[in-house]
Amino acid sequence: MKLFDFIQPATIDEALSAWRPGAAWLGGGTNLVDLMKTGAMQPDAVIDITRLPGLDRIETLPDGSTRIGALVRNATLAHDRDFAAAYPMVAEALLSGASGQLRNVATVAGNLLQKTRCPFFQEPAALCNRRDPGAGCDAMAAPGNSAILGWSDACIATNPSDFTVPLVALEAVAEVRGPQGMREIAVADLQPLPGSTPERDTALEPGELILALRLPARARSFAAHARYLKVRERTSFAFALASAAAALRIEGGLIAEARLALGAVAAKPWRLAEAEAMMTGKAPDAALFAEVAEAVLAMANSPDGQKWKIDLARNTAARALSMAAAGTPARIPALPASPFGTRIEDPQHV
Amino acid sequence: MSDTISLSRRFGSNSGQPVTRRDGIAKVTGSATFSADNHPDSLLYAVYATATIARGRVTRMDTAAAEAHPGIVLVMTPQNRPPLQGNPDDKPTFFSQRIEVLQDDTVRYAGQPVALVVGETLEAATEGARLLNPQYAMEKPRTGLDDAAAYTFEPAGFGTPANTVHGDVEAGHAAATASVDVSYTTSAMYHNAMETHAVVAKWNGDKLHLELPSQALTMTCHSMAYFFGIPPENVTLSSPYLGGGFGSKAFPIGPYVLAVLAARTLDRPVKLALSRNQMFGPVGHRGATRQRLRLGIDDQAALTVIDHSGLSETSTFDDFIEPAPNASQGLYKAGALRSTHSAVRLDIGTPGPMRAPGEASGSAALECAMDEMAEKAGIDPLEFRLLNYAEIEPGTGKPYSSKALRECYRQGAERFGWAGRPLQPRQMVDGDGMLTGWGMGTALFPCPMFMAEAEATLRPDGTALVETSAVDMGQGAWTSLAQIAADSLGLPLDKVEFRAGHSSLPDGGVAGGSGHTATAGSALHAAGSDVIRQLGELAAADPASPLHGSGNAGFVARDGLLMVEGDDSRSEPFADILARAGGVPLKGSGRGVRPPEAAEAHAMHSHGAVFAEVKVDSVLCQMRVTRMVGVFAAGRIINPRLTESQLLGGMIWGLSFALHEEARHDPRTGRIVNADLAGYHVPVNADVHGFEAITVHEDDPHVNALGIKGVGEIGTVGSVGAIANAIWHATGKRIRRFPIRIEDLLTA
Ligand SMILES: Cc1cc2nc3c(=O)[nH]c(=O)nc-3n(C[C@H](O)[C@H](O)[C@H](O)COP(=O)(O)OP(=O)(O)OC[C@H]3O[C@@H](n4cnc5c(N)ncnc54)[C@H](O)[C@@H]3O)c2cc1C
Ligand code: SF4
Repeated sequence: MKLFDFIQPATIDEALSAWRPGAAWLGGGTNLVDLMKTGAMQPDAVIDITRLPGLDRIETLPDGSTRIGALVRNATLAHDRDFAAAYPMVAEALLSGASGQLRNVATVAGNLLQKTRCPFFQEPAALCNRRDPGAGCDAMAAPGNSAILGWSDACIATNPSDFTVPLVALEAVAEVRGPQGMREIAVADLQPLPGSTPERDTALEPGELILALRLPARARSFAAHARYLKVRERTSFAFALASAAAALRIEGGLIAEARLALGAVAAKPWRLAEAEAMMTGKAPDAALFAEVAEAVLAMANSPDGQKWKIDLARNTAARALSMAAAGTPARIPALPASPFGTRIEDPQHV
Repeated sequence: MSDTISLSRRFGSNSGQPVTRRDGIAKVTGSATFSADNHPDSLLYAVYATATIARGRVTRMDTAAAEAHPGIVLVMTPQNRPPLQGNPDDKPTFFSQRIEVLQDDTVRYAGQPVALVVGETLEAATEGARLLNPQYAMEKPRTGLDDAAAYTFEPAGFGTPANTVHGDVEAGHAAATASVDVSYTTSAMYHNAMETHAVVAKWNGDKLHLELPSQALTMTCHSMAYFFGIPPENVTLSSPYLGGGFGSKAFPIGPYVLAVLAARTLDRPVKLALSRNQMFGPVGHRGATRQRLRLGIDDQAALTVIDHSGLSETSTFDDFIEPAPNASQGLYKAGALRSTHSAVRLDIGTPGPMRAPGEASGSAALECAMDEMAEKAGIDPLEFRLLNYAEIEPGTGKPYSSKALRECYRQGAERFGWAGRPLQPRQMVDGDGMLTGWGMGTALFPCPMFMAEAEATLRPDGTALVETSAVDMGQGAWTSLAQIAADSLGLPLDKVEFRAGHSSLPDGGVAGGSGHTATAGSALHAAGSDVIRQLGELAAADPASPLHGSGNAGFVARDGLLMVEGDDSRSEPFADILARAGGVPLKGSGRGVRPPEAAEAHAMHSHGAVFAEVKVDSVLCQMRVTRMVGVFAAGRIINPRLTESQLLGGMIWGLSFALHEEARHDPRTGRIVNADLAGYHVPVNADVHGFEAITVHEDDPHVNALGIKGVGEIGTVGSVGAIANAIWHATGKRIRRFPIRIEDLLTA
């Protein structure tokens, strides 16, 4: 790989002042280093942030919200009992991603900012607008597992992160520090849709560093009815073909509030307020969930005109809502987010 | 004192014992040195640049940039590649394919080497190769089975005819009262053994030493000698461990030759190891096929015809035609049998043997078609197979050397709980609401023998040394061959030193075709028996021996004692006999080969029956194999533990074939877009659930003196069809392409 400067700052201030154009932050490195090896990313400087102090804590703030340091490892967060009890679908999503080894190394901020798995992005010999603005998009002729919502003629890639999907449903925010100081960005806004500038794959400004994620206190109110469901080509260790994070607050047998975000369907997790609102005040019911899923996918179309992925996303959304309605299991299932090992109450045959 | 006696004394046999791998501890602790673990002094590192298009020409490479990079010592391109003494387009041995060694600037497939960069460090060489940044004149790549015209070529695979016909095929079709006519497609699958291909090459004058993982040491030495114009005895090759071969390490690949050439040019040792994504190109792969199966039955559900044709992909510069349709020969009784092969030339690396080449792909299609035929006949699939059970080999009419397939069916069905399976699909739902289906398939694999030599030396202290250049590629040959050798000498395993994996040893032959244990084992058995025979002559002629004069009775050797056959009371320790004969070691030699008459007289196959349970989510269409039972009849089992591991590995490969493996090409450039293990899926542990492999007793007096068939590949055969048939049984949907994907079920 290309030669680069390797910088290991000891403080956040040092890290921020070490940053220069062409530099990249290094978390666990499970995504960045892979892309450096293929040549898809060629930073001149790699700034290792894993030694920065104070970013590896999971804290409950006085207002009941939870603050997760950027360097907390995926596995640490998923296995934190209090966290998993309060935000079960976040833990379930984390545990459905990658493998045990990767989760031990990957940081939460790195997970959020991992690049698309579009194979043409990863291979420098391919034409890719996201990697090389204006080059073209090889994926158009071979869409595979592409976006079905929010894509543009410039880019049809999806965001691959599982973790981000429930974070968006639960309205998490990222605490960011950069040359201009501190600011907060909703996780939902972290990944812009491609439009005509797919190369802008994050809302972070150059040199900005995520210091923490925050889950609002309100997000705890869904704990009893919250599931993540991920459909994939093998039982474990595969990215989603479609996924959904579904959370319901059920009061007196009726849905007081509902959240639904879909993964692997767009350049960011997909959430539609109108569809969520359809459930408010209603009794949880498979027919209702099917309508909601229909509504979320109403605008979907796939670049190659194929329907299967839209059907799959719709079925996944409806099922995730049914699973959430059935209640969060006492412990995260042995096959997290899998259709296997979970009783299906209402199999509608295809 | 223990009141039990040692196993070897009790049974007089090391064979049949579940001995653990003798190299297991070295492997799990990391002390086993694989080829790429060698670092001779002043080692250089070679990395080759790969073509990122499949068809065209390299028009420019930035050699200046690569040469200017710190640490680069050589940039080799078609312009400056030093000459080879042998013609690189030749195939020096039978098991060879045309190699890529920078013959010209033509690009014939993506992943082809287009330049070699050698550096003082791996990092320097890697960056040097990247800096070359090749530019191309690209042509439209042909990577699909319909992208070129079909042709036929003799032979298909290794040595089988392109067409095999037995009986009157047209009459068979005409006689059918019911028939199926179906096409199945299988995808291109690429070798991804844990250890990627690697070589450390070191010259000493005109002598070459190679550290290189090889399934065929002697042939590899011969090939290298040919290309470099030196006598074969000037090449030594050490291959003590392989991290998997599966057919990909049977013949030398172009990058090896380039590394050896660089070592000679620079007069320093050179290491080259393929990166994971370089495995998708020059090392052979299982070619994609499209197969048409036409089966007919009469009103008794007896097969009147099996008519199996196949179209396979091959490269534009060599012929390897996946012999899939041959899988229909030798298995089911049918009035007529036809297997025909054709191929298309595509812009891909040349396909080659991959675990059960032909058998796996062909069986996948055949076993599904059999299931479709059974469905049409309204008969249970197992019942249908039993109705068409072949007592003699169909077509040839030869008797089977042994065939315990009926017993495999019986035990498999019982173990799996096949009875009571509903005939109709979509009848079973489990407690979680998952559609559940059961399917089965038959497995057949030939038992070839090649040629191997071995030597055995009985040392004066009563221990022995046995030698053959056999190959342990992870299957456990190091262990099971030593068990055979120990038995041939009548010694416990720990009294036998077993040397293998080096070309200076007697030729151990090829580890392939599931024939290595049979072949090298037979050679070892013959060598040991030769020593014991000589020992008997010594003892019989020695008046001081209790065995004196009993030469005619014959001797047996057991636990270090030579004894008169049928009279255990007359025995003498080996060491005593040797001591009186002057204390010199006794040397014996042997060959493992099957006489042509024996090969002609019988049809020789391993058999098996595989049963699978699959669960499918009816709405999301995610699939999971939840149980699989494989029962196999494979002659004498030398080591049940290693055998089980081989069979399970084969069955897991069947799962991989059925549900996961598929190389996908970029339509614009022809590059394989999922050329890494994140994108190219094989099963993970969570996919391998409830697998069982069982062997049934089988005595085969004809295959070889030891009764050994082979277990390396058969596990894959039958498994693919069993899974696909279970998916049909769960869902009512026939997916006629592999791997079966979620989208296929969703759109079916
Ligand atoms: C084989 C494989 C399978 C996988 N499967 C899944 C899966 O199923 N589901 C899933 O969700 N993920 C999966 N992943 C992706 C994995 O989750 C990510 O690689 C990982 O979470 C990234 O975390 P990291 O700390 O290693 O990030 P890094 O590789 O260190 O960084 C990733 C990116 O984030 C930037 N970055 C890191 N930290 C910060 C920060 N604090 N502020 C600003 N920028 C930052 C880096 O510059 C880089 O661009 C898989 C990965 C692999 C290799
Ligand atoms: S879809 Fe997006 S990421 Fe993929 S090749 Fe096209 S532009 Fe690049």
